[in-house]
Amino acid sequence: MKIVIIGDGKVGHKLTAQLSEEDYDIVLIDQNEGKLKEALNRLDIFCITGNGADADVQKEAGVQNADLVIACASTDELNMLSCLLARRLGARHTIARVRNPVYYRQMGLLKEDLHLSMAVNPELTAAMEIARVLLLPETSKVETFMKGRVELVEFTLRENGLLVGLPLKEIYRKFQIKILVCAVKRGDEIYIPDGEFLLQQGDKIHITASHQELEAFFKAIGKRILKVKKVLIGGGGHVCFYLALQLLQAGMQVKIIERDEKRCEQLCEILPKATIIHGDAADHDLLLEEGIREADAFVALTGMDEENIIMSLFAKTQGVGKVVAKVNEDSRAQLVEELGIDSTVSAKGATADAIMSYVRARNNSYSSVNIETAYRLLGGKVEALEFIIKEECQFTNVPLKNLATKANHLIACIGRKGKIIIPNGEDHLEAGDSVIVVTKDHIINSFSDILA
Amino acid sequence: MNTKMIRYILAKMLGVEALLLLLPAFVAVIYGEKSGVWFLVPIALLAVLYLIGGRKRPKEQTIYGKEGMIIVALAWILWSLFGALPFCLSGYIPNYLDAFFETVSGFTTTGSSIMPDVEILPQCMTFWRSFTHWVGGMGVLVFVMVLTSLDKHHTMFLMRAEVPGPEKDKLVPKAMSTARILYAMYLGLTIVEVVLLVFGGMSLFDSLIHSFGTAGTGGFSNYAASVGHFNSAYIDGVITVFMILFGVNFNLYFFLLLRDFKPVWKNEELRAYLGIILVSALLITWNISPSYPNPLTAFRYAIFQVASIITTTGYATTDYVVWPLLSQMILLILMVIGACASSTGGGIKVSRLLMVFKCIKREIMQMAHPKSVNVIRVNNKKVGSDVLRSLYVYLMAYGVLMVGSILIVSIDNKDFATTIGSVFATLNNIGPGLAEVGPAGNFSDFSPLSKLVFCIDMLAGRLEIFPFLMLFTASAWRRKF
Repeated sequence: MKIVIIGDGKVGHKLTAQLSEEDYDIVLIDQNEGKLKEALNRLDIFCITGNGADADVQKEAGVQNADLVIACASTDELNMLSCLLARRLGARHTIARVRNPVYYRQMGLLKEDLHLSMAVNPELTAAMEIARVLLLPETSKVETFMKGRVELVEFTLRENGLLVGLPLKEIYRKFQIKILVCAVKRGDEIYIPDGEFLLQQGDKIHITASHQELEAFFKAIGKRILKVKKVLIGGGGHVCFYLALQLLQAGMQVKIIERDEKRCEQLCEILPKATIIHGDAADHDLLLEEGIREADAFVALTGMDEENIIMSLFAKTQGVGKVVAKVNEDSRAQLVEELGIDSTVSAKGATADAIMSYVRARNNSYSSVNIETAYRLLGGKVEALEFIIKEECQFTNVPLKNLATKANHLIACIGRKGKIIIPNGEDHLEAGDSVIVVTKDHIINSFSDILA
Repeated sequence: MNTKMIRYILAKMLGVEALLLLLPAFVAVIYGEKSGVWFLVPIALLAVLYLIGGRKRPKEQTIYGKEGMIIVALAWILWSLFGALPFCLSGYIPNYLDAFFETVSGFTTTGSSIMPDVEILPQCMTFWRSFTHWVGGMGVLVFVMVLTSLDKHHTMFLMRAEVPGPEKDKLVPKAMSTARILYAMYLGLTIVEVVLLVFGGMSLFDSLIHSFGTAGTGGFSNYAASVGHFNSAYIDGVITVFMILFGVNFNLYFFLLLRDFKPVWKNEELRAYLGIILVSALLITWNISPSYPNPLTAFRYAIFQVASIITTTGYATTDYVVWPLLSQMILLILMVIGACASSTGGGIKVSRLLMVFKCIKREIMQMAHPKSVNVIRVNNKKVGSDVLRSLYVYLMAYGVLMVGSILIVSIDNKDFATTIGSVFATLNNIGPGLAEVGPAGNFSDFSPLSKLVFCIDMLAGRLEIFPFLMLFTASAWRRKF
């Protein structure tokens, strides 16, 4: 599969790095020659210097034969124009990054005319990620499958809870709640566990279940349910706006601290229900005065990673139950989780993930099973994929215990006619099912890849 | 919101009120009055409340503007609620709402009374009634701040909510020292007045009562005819001068103490204040002189009444309700103007009026030269846009409160002048109004609803509206974070 990426910015670079590792043929277009040279040194790709909206440059990059063109240069107009051009030249699919809220709002109208397969708004994507975590605050990351009916959550076994030392197969018997542990990270090792697996303190585990089951589960294991009602947000950029919009819709109270007075007035205008404070969110006295101790959650969204990290640490010392920081640099994000900040989010990472799952799904759309969504967990070492089984084949209507799967693959969840089944050995697959498969070995492109 | 700290400070406040109530009890002992025992009930009650809430300092002591405002508003209400108990229990004011009205009127230095005959009160009750003026004049929280070390770090939030005026300054870097200096000057002036009044032939008790009333710009007297009872030009003169003095910004006395006369001489507000007094007094003298034997006598009554009304004291030497309409109108306007900022008087304050006139002038200037840039100066200092903004909002809130109160009070179906006069008199903390509530009348005829509205007006007027409005939204504040 041939992919052309326009723009070697933050998102572009991350995508290039991820996709090039997965046997895709990548052509990268950017105007900055120095940056391209660096990319060429590190990655196994092809680079072209030039304007992405220039037909000659696009032809040189072979857009006419490309399966996918991803435009993620710095300006929205350029991205949309590049995609339009690419379609004219014969590219099969195009993805544009559109971050201006005004453009993005009318994407429904524009998408068809621009022949875009997908428009990604990094800030919105990041905001959605944060909103999901705040709705299920016990977790540090939430992904959804089957149009939101199933959630895949990540959380760490911090204290010596009920789960520690328990074999996984005992969980259902003990709590009467149907959940499935699908991946465990212990130290640097990653396991796809089976029923005999024993959990330990400090494990970072991934669970799939429906939202209600998860809430019941967290209640049962005694992790305190802190329903988030009051959210304090430091920094009032685009992410903040999208986030506040969603949180207010969910009935939460939102207070935003923003440094720029003009922006404050804007926010006041577009978010009439939120409380807007003009001031520096890094000012501890201001945070205290504005009641950080009463807040259920604190989200640090300023433009500076360092500031966000410091703010979040301060919030943590003031006893805020749930702290989320926007950290753009991957290496910093890993560092931060060890410091006790509950979740980190980056607009770049969220965008790259969204595009990646689209690419993975697109790549398989011609086989008998179809990848609907794909998420990369635990720093890309584990992947969760949602397939739809289109027709009867050799693995349908066979009890799962008779279906020999490869090691490190797990069927985590089956969705059948609106019902969610956390499978055991007696269950079977049918045509029309959605199946979530968790795998450590992420080169599966079709469902049959998981069979031994 | 730091509810623990609010509880703690309020409990301390109540403890201080218990101490204050010992004074009238002491007066009762001196005069051998049995009704003094009724002071022991609130004292015991307050002491218990203090012991429950005010002994342990909460761990978290930080409070902010919001808490400060809520503390101030609640403190005034609680003090009035408990301070009303002796009147009610002793049976001199049998109705608790009436007793509450009288006490609120005392603490807010209004001086409106519901008592048809004040002379029936025993000495101890009279003393307490007037003493509330003296305590309320400078602010009850500032008073407590002077006595106890409430909270060293955030006293400014409390002072800001209580000290009247558009801009709040400290005299010295420490808020606590500022409060002490203010009270020292306040106490000093009061003592001088007491001495001068005793010199004029008043009994010590009477001179104390009238000095309390003057110092707090309150206006309670122990005689039905108010200051007119003494019928002495000397006493009228002394009280006139002291009323005017207590209506001056106290910060200016501090400059005088430091022998720095220039800021006092150059102070625009002071000049305007004295100018208004002089012009009004002369106009009224001219207007009323036909009914007095000579213009000098007319001037004596006119200046006394002008000073009494503009400083929002509310003493009277004659029943001004019988004066011609022009004089009554001038007094009505003076009611709204009020005294200087950071004084013990109420009303809109002269400095706000000055700013308003300057704003009007600027607006006209702006229309003539649309691109001109003008700053508003008071005392040769630029007035910031946020001060002006809060000025506009204050005036609007003041107007809304006034109109709303007039509307509710008019349910009682009194005549026009009584209704308007009563609201003006309470909202501006003056005391007597016009017509039926003039110096010779009282507020006892109003319905309980109207009395409650007057209580709210007095408190809101004394605290310059916003701390009080904040209290009504306090529940919303707690939930809204």
